[in-house]
Amino acid sequence: MSKPRLGVFKFSSCDGCQLSLLDCEDELLAVAGVIDIAYFPEATRADDVGHYDIAFIEGSVTTPHEAEMIQDIRARSTALITLGACATSGGIQALKNGADTAAFIDAVYAHPEYIDTLDTATPISDHVTVDFELRGCPISKHQLIELVAATLVGRTPQTPAHATCIDCKLAGHVCVMVTQGTPCLGPVTHAGCGALCPGYARGCYGCFGPKETANTASLTAQLAVNGADRRQIHRLLQTFNANAPEFRQEAENHD
Amino acid sequence: MTATATKDVTPVVLSHAGLDALIAALAVDRQVIGPVRRDGAVVYEPVSSVADLPRGWVDDQAGGTYRMRREGDRLFGYTVGPSSWKRFLHPPKQVLWRAGDGAITPEPIAKERFAFLGVRGCELAAIAVQDKVFLDGPYRDPHYAARRAAAFIVAVNCTRAGGTCFCVSMETGPKAAPGYDIALTEIGGELLAEAGSDAGGMILSAVPTRPATQADLDAAAAGIAGAEAQMGRAINTEGLADLLTDNPDHPRWDVVADRCLNCANCTMVCPTCFCTTVDEVSALDSDATTRESRWASCFTTEFSYVHGGAVRPGAKSRYRQWMTHKLGSWWDQFDMSGCTGCGRCVTWCPVGIDITEEAAAIRSDLEAEGG
Repeated sequence: MSKPRLGVFKFSSCDGCQLSLLDCEDELLAVAGVIDIAYFPEATRADDVGHYDIAFIEGSVTTPHEAEMIQDIRARSTALITLGACATSGGIQALKNGADTAAFIDAVYAHPEYIDTLDTATPISDHVTVDFELRGCPISKHQLIELVAATLVGRTPQTPAHATCIDCKLAGHVCVMVTQGTPCLGPVTHAGCGALCPGYARGCYGCFGPKETANTASLTAQLAVNGADRRQIHRLLQTFNANAPEFRQEAENHD
Repeated sequence: MTATATKDVTPVVLSHAGLDALIAALAVDRQVIGPVRRDGAVVYEPVSSVADLPRGWVDDQAGGTYRMRREGDRLFGYTVGPSSWKRFLHPPKQVLWRAGDGAITPEPIAKERFAFLGVRGCELAAIAVQDKVFLDGPYRDPHYAARRAAAFIVAVNCTRAGGTCFCVSMETGPKAAPGYDIALTEIGGELLAEAGSDAGGMILSAVPTRPATQADLDAAAAGIAGAEAQMGRAINTEGLADLLTDNPDHPRWDVVADRCLNCANCTMVCPTCFCTTVDEVSALDSDATTRESRWASCFTTEFSYVHGGAVRPGAKSRYRQWMTHKLGSWWDQFDMSGCTGCGRCVTWCPVGIDITEEAAAIRSDLEAEGG
């Protein structure tokens, strides 16, 4: 069997998720051994030509150019897989959704006339069919390797959609919400990071976005009981997955 | 250890130095796991002496809150924290077998030898529940069996109860029932020690003790009675299994579903919850695969997922299933209660859902209706 041909594409994003691929270090040679990394501007000089068995997409669609580009990549790819919060929910740049884009551009750029942007930052799945989404800001190296390994043997990757609380308890961390009243999004956040922040006595920031059947309303009610004010709750939900419906709706409820 | 005492063993009294000697004696051929204060809670971790124990610390617990504070000078003044002994006997992850090069190799049977220091009555009852699940019946877990057979249990009778404790209702405490090798009760600055097995008796005879007086026995009984009177919660178990099973459409299930986060914390901290799922871990550069079991929870979509969707799609059906199983259908399945009254599910629920309150609400509504 010939090695699957991989293309890695960047949309509006910070590059952090792509770099997770390079960050595989010990496993990187094994990855390179089983996959033909045909297009990956962060790592190779090859041009973007031809068909890809696997396309990794990082970033959100935030410009008219990106809206066209994703259609082209979709047409040339067998499996299109999104990497990270930007590609999966719109990213932190989706904070601009619903705001006055022109006013932002005027405030930030010396020459607003050079800026050609959409009014929204949207997930890839709003534009094309996505075969698999890897969550996180950034994605987890462990999950990326699992994704590659599972794809190669033809099984579904194991990236459970359950709460971060499960991973927190598996790791033996002590709950920061129950013992300290720390605002924590763990109970509504998709697992994948290994409960990194609670392991350092911090609340979960929700980097992996909403879990399946997230009850954000019940959690925010308890955060308020524990002493968080509306502004804190609003801001907690308005980060890397601000545009994910379960987070956005609850943030709006705390405007 | 077998938990059968073949002869009456006269209770003795251990000083803190005597407890140190006991820990050292257990550590000769076992890893001693005991209570340690970490990150604002008492958790179970390796201990090497009395100095590691949370002396002078107690906990205040309520639905969704746990706080530690200083009080008195007891070694075991705290009640139960987020961890339980299942973490050691039935660990969160367990390799089952490895495959590669056309062969499947079962994982060698677990060799850990633990000594548990500070097992409370509710926890000893929970170990008995997991024994029933993992050791009886056709699907015996050989790793659990090996760890369990090698484990030495030092129970501690509670002399203080927490805000979410209800062992009295579940008849599991505060005095530990047989099943221990040694049971300790804190009396002043010393500990009354009773052997519950030959192994317990032998090790007690090998460490410095003094004979117990009637005053020591009275002090221990008074301490346990004090804890019994302090129960933070109660649950009326009379007819409870039928009450829950017969009322799957009670409106209270909707009320609890509005609050339930489906986060699974209750099942993770529950000392009797035993469900696991399996993960395949594939190597990138060969056909090697490892199959691992991992704690699972009935509060996830994945748990009840079958072709076409999840049988229990949301909090209402999941909470109902979990609570009805714990307090009801567990009796049909294992001829015992799945709840031992430790209160962990109440304390460690981030929004403080209280199994005793839910049971009472369903009962009182039905009684008000004359049901």
